[in-house]
Amino acid sequence: MATFGNLSDRLAETFRNLRTKGKLSPADVDTTVREIRRALLDADVALDVVKEFTGRVRERALGGEVNRALNPAQQVVQIVNEELITILGGEARQIQFAKKPPTVIMLAGLQGAGKTTLAGKLAKWLAKQQHTPLLVAADLQRPNAVQQLEVVARQAGVAVYAPQPGNGVGNPVRVAKDSIKWAIDKQYDVVIVDTAGRLGVDADMMKQAADIRKAVDPDEVLFVIDAMIGQDAVATAKAFQAGVDFTGVVLTKLDGDARGGAALSVASVTGRPIIFASTGESLDDFEPFHPDRMASRILDLGDILTLIEQAQGAFDEEEAAKVAEKFRTDSFTLDDFLGQMQQLRGAGSLKKMIGMLPGAGAMKEQLNNFDEREIVRTEAIIQSMTKAERTNPKLLNGSRRVRIARGSGMTVTDVNQLVQRFEQASKMMKTVAKGGVPQIPGMGPMPGAAFGGGRGRQQPPKKKGSKSGNPAKRATENAAILSGEKVPGAGGGTPAPAGTGFGLGGGRGEAPAGGPSEKELESLQKFLRR
Amino acid sequence: MFAKRTIDDETWDDLETALITGDFGIDVTDQIVGDLRAKVARYNTTDPKDLQRMLRETLEERFSTLDSTLKLTERPAIVLVVGVNGVGKTTTIGKFAKFLANYNRTVVVGAADTFRAAAVEQVATWAERAGAHIVRPQQEGQDPASVAFQTVDYAKRNNIEIAIIDTAGRLQTKGGLMDELTKIRRVIEKQAPVAEVLLVLDATTGQNGLLQAEAFIEHAGVTGLVLTKLDGSAKAGFVLAVQERTGIPIKLIGQGEGINDLTGFTPHVFVQNLIG
Repeated sequence: MATFGNLSDRLAETFRNLRTKGKLSPADVDTTVREIRRALLDADVALDVVKEFTGRVRERALGGEVNRALNPAQQVVQIVNEELITILGGEARQIQFAKKPPTVIMLAGLQGAGKTTLAGKLAKWLAKQQHTPLLVAADLQRPNAVQQLEVVARQAGVAVYAPQPGNGVGNPVRVAKDSIKWAIDKQYDVVIVDTAGRLGVDADMMKQAADIRKAVDPDEVLFVIDAMIGQDAVATAKAFQAGVDFTGVVLTKLDGDARGGAALSVASVTGRPIIFASTGESLDDFEPFHPDRMASRILDLGDILTLIEQAQGAFDEEEAAKVAEKFRTDSFTLDDFLGQMQQLRGAGSLKKMIGMLPGAGAMKEQLNNFDEREIVRTEAIIQSMTKAERTNPKLLNGSRRVRIARGSGMTVTDVNQLVQRFEQASKMMKTVAKGGVPQIPGMGPMPGAAFGGGRGRQQPPKKKGSKSGNPAKRATENAAILSGEKVPGAGGGTPAPAGTGFGLGGGRGEAPAGGPSEKELESLQKFLRR
Repeated sequence: MFAKRTIDDETWDDLETALITGDFGIDVTDQIVGDLRAKVARYNTTDPKDLQRMLRETLEERFSTLDSTLKLTERPAIVLVVGVNGVGKTTTIGKFAKFLANYNRTVVVGAADTFRAAAVEQVATWAERAGAHIVRPQQEGQDPASVAFQTVDYAKRNNIEIAIIDTAGRLQTKGGLMDELTKIRRVIEKQAPVAEVLLVLDATTGQNGLLQAEAFIEHAGVTGLVLTKLDGSAKAGFVLAVQERTGIPIKLIGQGEGINDLTGFTPHVFVQNLIG
């Protein structure tokens, strides 16, 4: 897996020699398709689905479409991306509400898929939209599942119907049936029935689920599936389709690093749309499903849109504008540096954010070596400085540095390095802010300055975060991070000669933008230019 | 696949399909198929039965390279149970407590999953079924490390042989939560060494299982794997890659929701179920 890097890396490799041809021979297509097959299998897409899928990609790639290609890698990735989005459902579907309330939503899935948590999230989400949901505890199997639902309901601030204690006591079909009457009586307009987790091969339990379905006649039956599931997704999905004939799918635990090929398998095998994605343990970590983002994720193309949203959430707009201004006027101080770093930490894991960038696959090594606690240490150093020192690092003479080192529990070398890094970074940022192209050792001038330059402003804290005690290593790390961000393709393992890397880099750099490219770029720039 | 008369291209295709759909992962699949092709050529056989036997041997050999015995000789022997959300940690603990009780060991369960709703009640129910002691958090949302500490303390004071500590499920990508795990371990070790750290893996997991294992090994020092939900249709082939890449053996197997559905890992039986 890791040894092969991500799909875009591999395709770039495959196309290294084709770049000038601008045309694909059947043999080239076969090589490409093999790589795509591998990538999809690594992402846990079911084998049958992979076969069908690669067949279609092959057909399209050999058809007239590619022959007008300027850059074959880009074209193929685009075809793959488009096909993926088509299967994943194109447009996200909404929940179907009943004409006459209550709307009944039934949840079903394997054990540990996250049904109970999801019930709470769904209820909270509906409550926010002025619905009055009722959670029904029909999981009477797992120890204390009823209590869990009650707690979840309390956290979500919604009502719960739990007439039976659970732990094997009570009849879930009866509970589900009675809940509808109860909901009509008490005028709840949405009923969410949480059922016990069950295996697809467990005939008795599937029968029970079917009985619950019959008893409540739901408007939506949501199949809850863990994004980490492997090849078994197909067998399970088929079993549940036969058993409860679900109308939609919910993908959970998407906050992990599973590529989520199961989404593709389930959507493709059952033809049912994925409606929601669940992305964390808090009850608010719940969102409608975005097929385009999922496609990028499966292909490991990075997730620019999500990244932008996260960054937007974390960065205070005004603050960002102020910082940009400071870069321009050369008044960026260590205090600002600190502020930036703290903001960034608010965004969550730095590794995760960097990982979302396309081409980040090539940087996995650096990412693994990168220690997030480094930021904490840097913070400690800056916080051990006086106000005056922070504003004017030139004040930092030997004895001051010794004091700071002692105060922060670091060595003088660390302090020296920080100051040096800060100076380098602010010099570079100044260039970027003025619209120039920074010189990064070993990289040469940057092509695609519009994209790269724009990115640059978001860059400083990230770059500063990435450092190692060893200056040489740090330089390579920084270069890798920058190259990963600005010209995904020119960096990577082997530093391509400046400029020439671009034709190839385009395949990787622009591929993810292949779908909603213009919109994406525009919003990115809008965000960064503010 | 093995019922045919001779080995032909279709046999190889079927073999590859079977391995991939068994979640072995494309790399391991390529390896095994290449390996078997070489063997078939070397022994000059065309009988699918031979191929089946060779496949079984290859897998058994690869699965049995590591020692899968649990090391619970310390007193108290402390077992920390970790894993991502929803893999069956709590259920495994219930079954494991019962498993140990069957050998006349006294067991205390520490309910250090203070995060998920009703997790404490869930593990308490299991402990009761298994006839084990339980240490509950004193207040809601208590620091899991302190519950773990109290559990070990309880085991020491009451001369209980084995302390099993439940932890909240966490995705391996959550840095802060993984650090919390490191802390739990550190806090326990102030009192006594940790005998086993068991990582619970869900059999339905795909290639992400490897990433899970790597992260948990790094942060919690995993010493053994527990494979759950093997009673379903998933084959869990990914554990071969996990075991080989990380050098951590599979130690226990969970096969159902009943309290006795937990067994030790035997490569022979496991492979038998895998390929029939």
